[in-house]
Amino acid sequence: MRSSVPMKFLIYAFLIVAVIVSIYPIYWVYVASSLSDSQIFHYPPSNWFGSNFLDNLRSLESSMPVWRDLANSVFVSGITTVSVVLFSSMVGFAFAKYEFWGKRFLFFVVLITIMIPMQTTLIPLFLIITKLHWQNSYQALIVPFLVNGFGVFFMRQQMQAFPEELLEAARMDGSGEFKTFFRVVVPNILPSMAALGILTFLQQWSNFIWPLVVINDRTRFTIPLMLQQLDQPGNVIHYGPIFAGAAIGLIPLMVVFVCLQRYFISGIYSGSVKG
Amino acid sequence: MRLMRVADSQSVAMESKSSVLKRWGNRRFRFGTVSIPIWVPYAFIIPFFVIFIIFMLYPIIDTFVLSFENWSSMGSKWVGLQNYKLIITDPGFWTSLLNDAFVLLVQVPVMLFIATVLAVALNNKSIRFKWLFRLLVFFPVLVDAVTYTIAFQIIFNTNFGVLNYLIHFLGIGNINWTGNPWAARMAIFIVVTWRWTGYNAIILLSGLQSVPDELYESAVVDGAGKVTSFFRITIPMLRPILLFCAILSTVGTLQLFTEPYILTAGGPGTATETPMLYLYGIGFQNYNFGLASAGTYILTTIIGILSYLQIRASKGGDYRA
Repeated sequence: MRSSVPMKFLIYAFLIVAVIVSIYPIYWVYVASSLSDSQIFHYPPSNWFGSNFLDNLRSLESSMPVWRDLANSVFVSGITTVSVVLFSSMVGFAFAKYEFWGKRFLFFVVLITIMIPMQTTLIPLFLIITKLHWQNSYQALIVPFLVNGFGVFFMRQQMQAFPEELLEAARMDGSGEFKTFFRVVVPNILPSMAALGILTFLQQWSNFIWPLVVINDRTRFTIPLMLQQLDQPGNVIHYGPIFAGAAIGLIPLMVVFVCLQRYFISGIYSGSVKG
Repeated sequence: MRLMRVADSQSVAMESKSSVLKRWGNRRFRFGTVSIPIWVPYAFIIPFFVIFIIFMLYPIIDTFVLSFENWSSMGSKWVGLQNYKLIITDPGFWTSLLNDAFVLLVQVPVMLFIATVLAVALNNKSIRFKWLFRLLVFFPVLVDAVTYTIAFQIIFNTNFGVLNYLIHFLGIGNINWTGNPWAARMAIFIVVTWRWTGYNAIILLSGLQSVPDELYESAVVDGAGKVTSFFRITIPMLRPILLFCAILSTVGTLQLFTEPYILTAGGPGTATETPMLYLYGIGFQNYNFGLASAGTYILTTIIGILSYLQIRASKGGDYRA
């Protein structure tokens, strides 16, 4: 169905407005990271880059271990992502391709936990971490997020379409089940794993309430926590340095996104449509 | 297997147990023309379930237990339903729920409507650079909540923010976005809509692509305009996916935390207090874990009921059903 010219014009106008609105706050982060505080609080609002980025960055470095915190975010999100993808694939495979006692029940339990908000587990997790004396440690940031229900559900959906014949052929060749999984299944579902990987990475990166609860040592901060700590009412807030930090913190996300965006969008499709 | 052999040599009692295990381990289940040992599936799932039980299932159950206790680090006391009674009779809890209800009843429908229009526009056959529009509209999804909320802090600034600057052209005076109760709610509304509209549009777009073109063509033949076919074809066809988006948004709305925490701290007064902010205050500022756990379970129950009702409400009139 083709559209008339005025209709087309309307659609373009709408899309362009949508794009400007979507991009502007991110653009603003980068603009503000290059402005001094007095330029940020200026009327009319400045919308073009200044020359203060390095000064802002230096000022940020003097108040927060910004590179360390950036590395923390990358490290924590990276480890949890690898773990979620690996475990989810294994369990998803077992749920999709094997029959075993207790399968239905276990899958039901996993499904239920998807509907339960993360906050339901917050207090007991905090008590566990306290008991283990893990406050301010990487374990506290990583271990509770090594697995989750959504990943299993997602990978099971993906695995169900995996052709039985390929598995059969590998078994006939005398390949063990684990070998089959890693040599035959994994290479064929890499796109799904990438999709789950990027969803998990973004989700872990933006986890805020948990670091807020278990971390108060600034060398263990993640980027979101670092930004929020600089932005607390009651202190003198310097927005230039905060935006410099935000601008740096967005870079890994954009790199991951640009590299894997193809899988990201397909992952959101399949995570939703088949659900 | 080696572990089992060690157990064998250690005790007779263990031996009988391990021989049962061994016999079970040697059982196989058929799989087409080949068979595999029966323990294989469990080997795939056990590492996952060990972590899952400790860090997911145990906490879910423990929160439930805590909700009946008066928690203290010295030892907890069973108090029955008292925590639930305290939460339900606290006006602060109801205020936070009402604030969320506003978001649920107004923001979610508005956002889903914009997302649907956006998806339709992105699905239009005669639009060029579609991939670019899709990518850019999707950008907010990758920014973390703290970063975009801080950016919006300046955008909403009363004297220097770009939003008031733009509003000025409409002949409206400065709005104090974080100082006025309804403006503060609006601010949260805008931030959340900004973050999630593109995301929902992409999900809806995938649904649109499965709507057959013939439906629209026959509608045109029947003399239906664009607006009519949008409401009569697009929306009904998208119903299952709109429902999915609505459930996701409902669950997300009831867990709103970072945006109001940073932007308004629940203020002015309690105008933007959300249940999560309220429970966070009880749990991690007053360390009243029992009370916070009871609140969490009330909230989880509400989420469950709303999701169930949405699923029920959407049944019938469903093209796929």
